Amino acid sequence: MKKVILPVALMIVLLIMAVHLFHRPELPNLNHLQLQQQFSVKPVASVDHTQFEQLQKDFATPQDVTEACIDCHNERHKEVMASSHWNWERISYVEGRGIERMGKQNVINNFCIGTSSNQQSCSKCHIGFGMSNDLFDFNNARNVDCMVCHDHSEAYIKGTSAAGYPDRSVNLSQVAQSVGRPGNINCGACHFSGGGGNNVKHGDLEMALLEADRSVDVHMAANGINMTCVDCHEAENHKMKGTLYSVSSTHVSRLSCDDCHSSTPHNDRMLDVHTGKVACQTCHIPEYAKVNATKMAWRWSEAGHLKDGEPYAIMDSMGREVYLSIKGSFEWATNVEPEYVWFNGHATHYVLGDEVDTIPLQVNRLLGSATDRESKIYPVKVHRGDQIYDPNTKMLIQPKLWSDAKGDSAFWQDLDWHEAATAGMQEVGLPYSGEYAFIPTEMYWPVNHMVSTKDESLSCADCHTRDNGRLAGLNDFYLPGRDRHAGIDILGKLMIFGALLGVVIHAMARFIMAIRHKEIESQDINY
Amino acid sequence: MQKVYIYKQFERFWHWTQAILILFLAMTGFEVHDSIHLFGYENAVVYHRIAAWMLLGLIVFSVFWHITTGEWRQYIPSFSKLSAQIHYYTFGMFKGEPHPTHKTARNKLNPLQAVTYLGFKLVMAPLIVVTGMVYMFYRTIDANDMVVVSEIPLEWIAWLHTFGAYLLLMFVIIHVYMTTTGSTPLTNIKAMLTGYEELEDTEASHSVIKKEDPHEA
Ligand code: HEM
Repeated sequence: MKKVILPVALMIVLLIMAVHLFHRPELPNLNHLQLQQQFSVKPVASVDHTQFEQLQKDFATPQDVTEACIDCHNERHKEVMASSHWNWERISYVEGRGIERMGKQNVINNFCIGTSSNQQSCSKCHIGFGMSNDLFDFNNARNVDCMVCHDHSEAYIKGTSAAGYPDRSVNLSQVAQSVGRPGNINCGACHFSGGGGNNVKHGDLEMALLEADRSVDVHMAANGINMTCVDCHEAENHKMKGTLYSVSSTHVSRLSCDDCHSSTPHNDRMLDVHTGKVACQTCHIPEYAKVNATKMAWRWSEAGHLKDGEPYAIMDSMGREVYLSIKGSFEWATNVEPEYVWFNGHATHYVLGDEVDTIPLQVNRLLGSATDRESKIYPVKVHRGDQIYDPNTKMLIQPKLWSDAKGDSAFWQDLDWHEAATAGMQEVGLPYSGEYAFIPTEMYWPVNHMVSTKDESLSCADCHTRDNGRLAGLNDFYLPGRDRHAGIDILGKLMIFGALLGVVIHAMARFIMAIRHKEIESQDINY
Repeated sequence: MQKVYIYKQFERFWHWTQAILILFLAMTGFEVHDSIHLFGYENAVVYHRIAAWMLLGLIVFSVFWHITTGEWRQYIPSFSKLSAQIHYYTFGMFKGEPHPTHKTARNKLNPLQAVTYLGFKLVMAPLIVVTGMVYMFYRTIDANDMVVVSEIPLEWIAWLHTFGAYLLLMFVIIHVYMTTTGSTPLTNIKAMLTGYEELEDTEASHSVIKKEDPHEA
């Protein structure tokens, strides 16, 4: 009996262990439910600005509106004027540089290159009035543009090449009475259309988010939790949470998914241990530019061609510009799979006047590596192109692009690189040798928006696979399923096939010998 | 010839459970290695880890059993007849020579088996178990933000583990084949299933002869 009881008991113990291990009821994700509840209740305005007499009048200038705002909100302008939205720069400690002021004044981007000498046009996206050149007075509170962020009438638009002033058609009184908490369209007016059109720059921020469904963005979906930009990008005292490393360098006031979701959001240990090394975005944003196309490449070197002596444009079959004489050639793409990099929250930038040290030149570099504790794998949009450069000084050239008239050295008027380079570099106070060329450039845009549903997120085998996985390009660490020691694999296969072969030969030898044996024996008998 | 009770119940249970677990671990492991596709990667990882825990549990039991029953002594290699045994498998058996050693309940492993199984227990199993455990607890930061194992490069662990897996598979192939070299091809396998094997009665210990087995009620 004992002989039976012991193994049976053992079996039962092992079975219970197995059942316990296999059986995993889906637990409610309490943190997630709590967040859903929290963001289901939408904020309600505590005042109605139409009731205020101060706003019930015709405003002669937008500055008058600002003064009316400051009359009541008499400290807020100081907060705004301390923000990077106003200053277009941040002071930060940058590795290898020390303390630097960095921002749109001195950092290059891979689209329209830089704001210097083009402020009249670029300041359409500055929260101020009258930035027409580099002499803008950053201490004048009257020039703060409250309306661009707080307008709720949807009637406020900034004028084209109007130094940040509103379009003449805008009814300032109506706008002033409508103000409230910034909505998606306020942020989107600038952040959706950077680079000169919808979704050109980011790839994950565009008009489609205004009426998204859950497959485009689970957070902002109109038929989902319907969150707004400022639900995450909180702006306590006008200090926005969130940094984008196209211009930012350090992870000060960085916004992270963890802030709401914690670093162990999955109810699944195997997934949760990934969060130490893999950013949420990597799996949860499998592709960007899900609705409208984004620009993936911009080659300035091809700008300046004429047809019948005139500048021209070429559209592709989707109606997208693929060539403009004033800008060069472009490539567009939708549903783009991001590239992946190690990133620790610090970036360096090419600053005007730096010597070009690599070709292609990265106008911004995301720092990090597999061995760095702070680094995680992030998805990025890499925008590739080429830019004008001085082969003698080895500097990128800030060309003067915009002017309202011909003959002012502006490239977009005269299509003359030499003149534009001379004027632009003079404006920023840097030498220009008189010779120019073009070098390939890259810009790295971390992808943070257009978060997909759970079902559409990446699954294990998207990365853990031998060939063509998502992380095929990120080779400084061992990734199970992708990596192996080629030698051990060959040795192992040799061992297995060797064993099989040996066994087969041995068996055949036994078989043949056995038959011979029998033959001999039967011969013996027949004899 | 005498029917002898040679493999005890626990031993058989242990042997076959271990065999199933190892095959299952090989299947799931090589899916993790992206050599085969059976369960899907996510399931393969989960199953591999569960089976690994079960194998560990089994190993604990079997170590306990081997020590308390003294069966571990079966694995003490005797080198005196080792070359005779090797000679038998490479030449002798083709000529129909008899086994150079005799299987008994007290001495059920031939010298070559003893050495091989000792190698299995002292090299292959520890290699795969130790590297497997380190692999399992390898993560730079665990759920509680604690660093568990991080200073050993993961590739070394994975390489050794993979090598151990190949080694084990090779062992399984040869081992399964060798079981067919008994008096008939299925003799040994039947013995491991039922516990009984027909042995020459020369050295058979009387206490384990079937009819006198005290446990058999
Ligand atoms: C107690 C025993 C074992 C433990 C603790 C263990 C653990 C692990 C772990 C943790 C992994 C990495 C995948 C994951 O995270 O789940 C792994 C991979 C693997 N295991 Fe095991 N394992 C064990 C036994 C075995 C056995 C018996 C075999 C095969 C005969 C095997 C073959 C493999 C293979 C081929 C891989 C893939 C390695 C790679 O490509 O990096 N394992 N094992």
